[in-house]
Amino acid sequence: MNSPDSSTPPETDNRKLQSVKKMKAIMTDYYVEAKTAAQAGRQVAWITSGGPVEPLIAMDIIPVYPENHGAMIGASKMGDDLCAKAAEMGYSDDLCAYARADIACAPIDGGPIGGLPKPDMLVCCNNICGTVLKWYEVQARYFNVPLFILDTPCCHTRFSDQARRYVRGQLDEYIQFLETVAGRGMNHDRLTDAGRLSIAGQRLWQAVLDTTANRPAPMSAFDAFFHLALIVTLRGKQVVVDYYTELLAELNARVAVGIGAVAPERFRLLWDNLPIWHRTKWLSQKFAARQACLVADTYTSAWCGTLKYLDESDFLNSMADGYTRIYLNIGIDQMAESVIQMIDKYHIDAMVLHSNRSCKPYSFGQYDIERAVRKKCGIPTLMIEADMADGRNFSESQIDTRIDAFMELLEAGQS
Amino acid sequence: MTIATDKATMLILAAGIDVGSISTKAAIVRGLRLLGTHVISTGYNTEQAAQRALAILTTRLSIDPSAIRRIVATGYGRKNVAFAHNAVTEITCHAAGARFQDNHVRFIIDIGGQDSKVIALDADGRVADFAMNDKCAAGTGRFLEVMARALEVDLDAFAKLAMTADQPAAISSLCTVFAESEVISLIARGEKRGNIIAGIHQSIAARVTALAGRVGWTEPIMMTGGVACNMGVVRALEQASGKSIRPAPLAQANGAIGAAIIALNAVGR
Repeated sequence: MNSPDSSTPPETDNRKLQSVKKMKAIMTDYYVEAKTAAQAGRQVAWITSGGPVEPLIAMDIIPVYPENHGAMIGASKMGDDLCAKAAEMGYSDDLCAYARADIACAPIDGGPIGGLPKPDMLVCCNNICGTVLKWYEVQARYFNVPLFILDTPCCHTRFSDQARRYVRGQLDEYIQFLETVAGRGMNHDRLTDAGRLSIAGQRLWQAVLDTTANRPAPMSAFDAFFHLALIVTLRGKQVVVDYYTELLAELNARVAVGIGAVAPERFRLLWDNLPIWHRTKWLSQKFAARQACLVADTYTSAWCGTLKYLDESDFLNSMADGYTRIYLNIGIDQMAESVIQMIDKYHIDAMVLHSNRSCKPYSFGQYDIERAVRKKCGIPTLMIEADMADGRNFSESQIDTRIDAFMELLEAGQS
Repeated sequence: MTIATDKATMLILAAGIDVGSISTKAAIVRGLRLLGTHVISTGYNTEQAAQRALAILTTRLSIDPSAIRRIVATGYGRKNVAFAHNAVTEITCHAAGARFQDNHVRFIIDIGGQDSKVIALDADGRVADFAMNDKCAAGTGRFLEVMARALEVDLDAFAKLAMTADQPAAISSLCTVFAESEVISLIARGEKRGNIIAGIHQSIAARVTALAGRVGWTEPIMMTGGVACNMGVVRALEQASGKSIRPAPLAQANGAIGAAIIALNAVGR
């Protein structure tokens, strides 16, 4: 689950956010730094998108995200070929497309940026799914580097003290692991700094997402998918705080004069699950043509969804809650509850759920969530079947008909 | 949908064309009177099929095509019909068509060539919710065609043969390709045709009942689309759902009829 930096943002030119250019420059600098890390004598850690990155930042180790890479592969429509290559290597098409594309990329330095920089270590947190365990084990064997696994038990109904102590204990082991691989000690003041910046970045990201509660929404979820890359990849750094401050100012300026991402904004939709990276432009135009704006989504908010548990004065201790109690690691009832809150907060007229063949933990339970939303909010919902990065699991004419029919339903309801 | 019923509207000629994956259907109405329908096979060129279906129908009805005030296209090829005034999805059109054929209908099961769908209507006949099959052809008209070929039976004989079943065979409802190989194994084992066909009907019924469960049944239920002409499937659906299902009198042309009614309504407004 992650965001690409190299795709073209889907807004039409006149609605393009000015900040986009700067964002692209930041992401380019980031990847250049990561790809030249070895020459600069720095280490690289591959880490899952939901993994605790702040200790890496504090240790001056460059974090690299295979999932962000997967999103870039999807957005650049290279997923189909890489997934076919993974099938040749023996990986089933039923596995996650990010995992398949990443595994297929490694031996050939494939993908839009010629492969990720070689890792010195791997950090895997299973708060987002179980696939990452096997995926990272495969890559640890391939690159012959140490792997740290942070096991975050699923909080079906609650996060028990026992589970909290279990995760907290692993955070100490994680720091020891980094100290061993890096050959130097952790500077705890720097960890506190990274924690403070991480929280500040997450607060700003939440504020950015909150601007879409306005009518019209100054940006759409398609913009959020694009701008998400920073909070994922550079969380804990000053640059994130600076950039989101600027983006927030631009969005607030739009709100002040009533500029919307979709004009006129007739329908406000909520998107569930990862984007269909290879079709964001098509989908964005499709919805915009019917005057529908995806004003919010359950995905991009995952990187600021546990702010309530994080404590900047005691960051290390609060990390156990912050990293365990994320959206994908809680029970279906709680997920449905948070969706219902979003529907209220963003004044949602209807919900579109992407049943994502790649992402089982996100897609499993969607029917229950859909049912809960209908019952409690009484709004129409639409389920579409697709895949975040493997275009072979996308049927344009079927999805086209479903969206058209859904929009006809909404239009008839409004007229 | 509320339709203007004034005198002027009742004289208006409107047409609907449903370009399906297997067949193309045309319907012409004058006001709320259905003048006729026509069905041809779609073939490779969807635009041409649409033109041909309408041309045959206007000739048959002795209607000057230029007198048709408005044309709505629907079906998977709806966007390729350049001469239509606009395109509306088959979901909305089947709803309008079913209500035209029976004003009380609250639920539609439409099984066409390449997809199956269920549509729930509100009391006013508007689409309240719908669900469609995912990418596999299982549970569609194409699925039945594949099976008919494997069994060397004409599709028209399916319903009659299904009545001879004493023990319907178990067939996967998930995948057309798997189901076909299951059918071939059953043939190899010497299973009776009637039992295999009844099993096929049951597998379609299981699939569609699951879709309907997602949306939630409301009654009365009408079945539309070409597959509604197969009483074997209708009976299997009734058994699986425990509900009474009425095939639309003009099942195959229902989408085109709905499109014509929507066209009429757009003029009448």
